[in-house]
Order: sequence, then C-alpha cells, then structure tokens
Amino acid sequence: MNEEDKKLSIKQKSRRIFLGRSLTAAGAAIAGPSMIQASQEYTDQESAMASSATGETTLQLNINGQSQTLSIEPRVTLLDALRETLGLTGSKKGCDHGQCGACTVLIDNQRVYSCLLLAVMQDGKTIATIEGLANGDNLHPVQTAFIDNDGFQCGYCTPGQICASVALLDEVNNGAVSYVTPDLNSTPQLASLSETEIKERLSGNLCRCSAYNGIVAAVQQVTGQTPLSPAN
Amino acid sequence: MKNFAYSRVSSAEEAVDRSTRDHNALYIAGGTNLVDRLKAFLDEPNQLLDISRLEMKRIESTSNGGLKIGALVTNTDLANHTEVRRQYPMLSRAILSGASQQIRNMATVGGNLMQRTRCSYYYDTAFACNKRQPNTGCPAINGVNRTHAILGASESCVAVNPSDMSVALAALDAIVEVQGEQSQREISFADFHRLPGDTPNRDTHLEPGELITAVILPPLSFARSGVYLKLRDRASYAFALVSVAAVLDLSGEQIRNARIALGGVAHKPWRASEAEAFLQGKTANQSTFEQAADIALQDAQPLLYNGFKVDLSKRAIRRALAVSARGGGIA
Repeated sequence: MNEEDKKLSIKQKSRRIFLGRSLTAAGAAIAGPSMIQASQEYTDQESAMASSATGETTLQLNINGQSQTLSIEPRVTLLDALRETLGLTGSKKGCDHGQCGACTVLIDNQRVYSCLLLAVMQDGKTIATIEGLANGDNLHPVQTAFIDNDGFQCGYCTPGQICASVALLDEVNNGAVSYVTPDLNSTPQLASLSETEIKERLSGNLCRCSAYNGIVAAVQQVTGQTPLSPAN
Repeated sequence: MKNFAYSRVSSAEEAVDRSTRDHNALYIAGGTNLVDRLKAFLDEPNQLLDISRLEMKRIESTSNGGLKIGALVTNTDLANHTEVRRQYPMLSRAILSGASQQIRNMATVGGNLMQRTRCSYYYDTAFACNKRQPNTGCPAINGVNRTHAILGASESCVAVNPSDMSVALAALDAIVEVQGEQSQREISFADFHRLPGDTPNRDTHLEPGELITAVILPPLSFARSGVYLKLRDRASYAFALVSVAAVLDLSGEQIRNARIALGGVAHKPWRASEAEAFLQGKTANQSTFEQAADIALQDAQPLLYNGFKVDLSKRAIRRALAVSARGGGIA
C-alpha cells in the first residue's frame, strides 16, 4: 500500500473511529455507568463492522489519470465507490437503476452507467469521470459547448450528459450506427449528424428540466455545425 | 442488496463446475439486469462468479457462411459488426433499438438472452409473483396489465420477455451453444426460452449450472432485406409494447419464404409459424400481408388493459412485411 492509498483507507474509517472514541471519552469524563456501557456497545458494533469487512476486496483503478487502490465489499457499485469512497461526487446518483444516465462515466473510453457496475469487476480499468475532462482551467470543448448553448438548467444531469456527449463524438468518428441510421452500411459523419441521430444517441440521459434543445445545440456546436440559437 | 462472495473464474469449465456445486451462485458479465435485480432483492445469491474476462468475445465466420458470436461480445460490438449490418440487418437494428448506448456497451449477448421480465409486479417484492416466488399468485392477471402478454400466457403468469435482440435471433433460427457439467450442447433458439405454464419461475430450458458460450447464426440468403420494427411509449430507451422482426424472400412478386417473430407479446420471442406458412407462394401485396397478420394473431387472448396490442401487432406485421418487400431499411 503506498502513501496515497493509506490516506484513502484512513479517510474511509476515520469518522467512525473518531465518533467511537469521542463517545468513550465523554462517557468516562461525565457520565455514570449506564452511559459507559452504551459507549462500549457502540465500540463493539464498530468491531463487528470491521470483522464483516473480511469480505472486502482490494482493487486498483486508474481514475482520471491517477492510480487508486481501494478496499470495498463486492456489492459496492462503481458509482458508490466513486462518490463515497473516493470523494468524486461529480458523477450523480439519479435513479440508481440505469434509467436516467446521471451516473454516466467512461471506462476504457466507452460510456457506461456506473450505478449498474460492481466496482470490484472494474479492477485494472481506466475510468474517466466529469472531474477528469478539463485540462487544468481549460474546459473540454463539450463542457464549453454546454455553457455556450444553455445545455442545462439545474445541472444535476449535466455531468452524465457531458460524458455521454464526449463518447458520442468518439462513436461517430469510429463509424458506429444507431437505430435511426437510414442505411446501416453507410456510417454517419459528425459534420452532417442529424438532430434525430443526436437525440437517439443521447436517449440514455434524461433531463428533468428538459434542457434538451440546448443539449442538442451543444453537440451540434462541437461537431462543427451551426446550432439554432436557443431563442428559436 | 445483500452481500455475496465474489470470484473471477478463469475458464468456462471452472465456472460451470463451481456453479453446479453451488446452486445459489450466479454468473455475472455485463450485469445490467442482474445488478438491478440484486438491488431490488429479486435475487440473493451466495456468490457471484465473474465470467466477464473469459475469452468469448469474438465474432467468427462459420464454414457454411454463418457467424459464431461469443457469449461475451457486447451488444454494441455485435450491432456494429460489418457482417451483421450487411447480412443480418434486422439483428443490428433490433439490438440498437434496445436500451441505451451506455447499456449496450456493458451488456453481453449471453446476458441479453438471460434477462428477466420487467413486469412491475415481479419487480415489486410487496406483491405476490409466481415467477419470483412459485405458487404465491399473479396480481398482473387482474391488475394493471397494459404491457403484458397476449399470446402463450398461462393462469400462473402473463409476463413478457423484454429482449429485442432475441426477437431477431428467433426469426433468424439462431442456435445457442451452452457448456454443461459433462459436455457442450446446442439448443435451437425456439427451444431456448419457454412459455410460463405452471412454472413461470423458469425462463429458459437451461439446466442448472449451464453457461451460454456462443450464439450461432446460420446463413440465410434473403436476410438482407430483414427489418425490425419496435413500437413503444416513447421514441427511444423504452421496452417494446410490440415489436416485429420480419423478412420476405421474393421471386419477383411471389413470396418464396417468410420469417416473422414478435416481441412484447409473450413470455418468449414469438415466432409466427402459421403466418409464415400461409405466406409461402402468395403474391406480395397488402391483402396478403393483412391475412398473414390476422393469422399470426388469431390465438391472441388479451387481458383487460392490453387489448390494443392485438391490432398494434397486426399493423406492425403488415408494415414490416411491406418494408421488407421493398428491400428493407427503416420500417
């Protein structure tokens, strides 16, 4: 375990340990026996959780260019590992059932729903989240296009929408077809990608504010097309 | 979800061996349906056997001109494969009509065959369900059954199979290759999924421990004009109310052969064999297609809220056949 990993592992457990110790200290200082007993039970619960953690597995992920090692139960989803264990809260939990797209991240450059993936199965993979798209203070062109075209309102679905749009560009460049592609033997080009194609290809990301016109315009801008102004 | 032991297996044989010894183990690959079921407490396995890194990710030509598709090929890779797009467009289009790009990137061919119904009563553990818990009853039969079966259902279960890909595979007479404890075997697609009868807890004819290793597409000279038409409550990212995979083999105006399979109407992909037989030798026109559609739905038994599916299915068949007769494309 390297220094960075130790810090992560400490960060996960430190709050519970702190709470347990504070209760014990407070009990010893000011309370009678019953409260000391209560604090003892709390500490026992802590050790029970620690023993169930024998089911934890250690895995290594490359997230936004950084190698991360984490220990988690097999049932932890990639989304929960990102948000709760690693503190990367950019990927959002919307439905948690693969129906809304707010948790979309890129694994080995392919867009996926992190809420339906077990983190343990991603061992060794390369993951990009919304936090990793910008280059320092320079936004990714898709991020800029979302701002330019009002591609959001409340912003909750936006990290997923942007990750999905980044992948969409790659997919079209690689010749991927969609359900609405008129001729499956003739692959669409980004410069002439129709609005119908963009909507179909982004249908896995819902926007409760219905900022869809702005989202489509943002994608059109990145493909080099001239989007309609939002007022139209 | 309940916790479980997790292990990564290194061969199909190891997977089958371990699964045969522990009937509470489940295979996991893409996990797009299984992880959701685990979250809903529909499945509570002791252990998950991760097969996702096994070598079953290739699409190969077979000696007779068909294709052999590894069970771990993703839905995306299969739909985009050049030969699938060219030779079996109904399969590409069926896969692309299902789920979303994110799910298709994760989901595998084998897993697609194993996905379970999205019946809302099956999904809600507050309700009884013969599929989830045998002999507890079926609230869907007299409940909100707008999305349920009109063909092949039973007193025990009116759920439908949710897969689009399977509808095309049924029309194409695919073969499922499975690895069992003792040996490999091949199952014709028509015999892979099953009707509910009084044991709706079983979706397929797989034996305990058996693992899907590949799906084989036999050559079909006329499949290039095949179409897949999917009708649903919104334009994309929704399960089918009714879907049709259809193709005609024409000699001039005359129909030599036809394939029709329906989705969203039964517990398994529904092959309309009688309608196919009727079409042989007939002239390809609207009146012929209308008669074929009537035959395909003649045994339909709609429930209180899904009567619309009968007419919708007939219209979908007519349109799909007409588009195939014109050479295929978007229906």
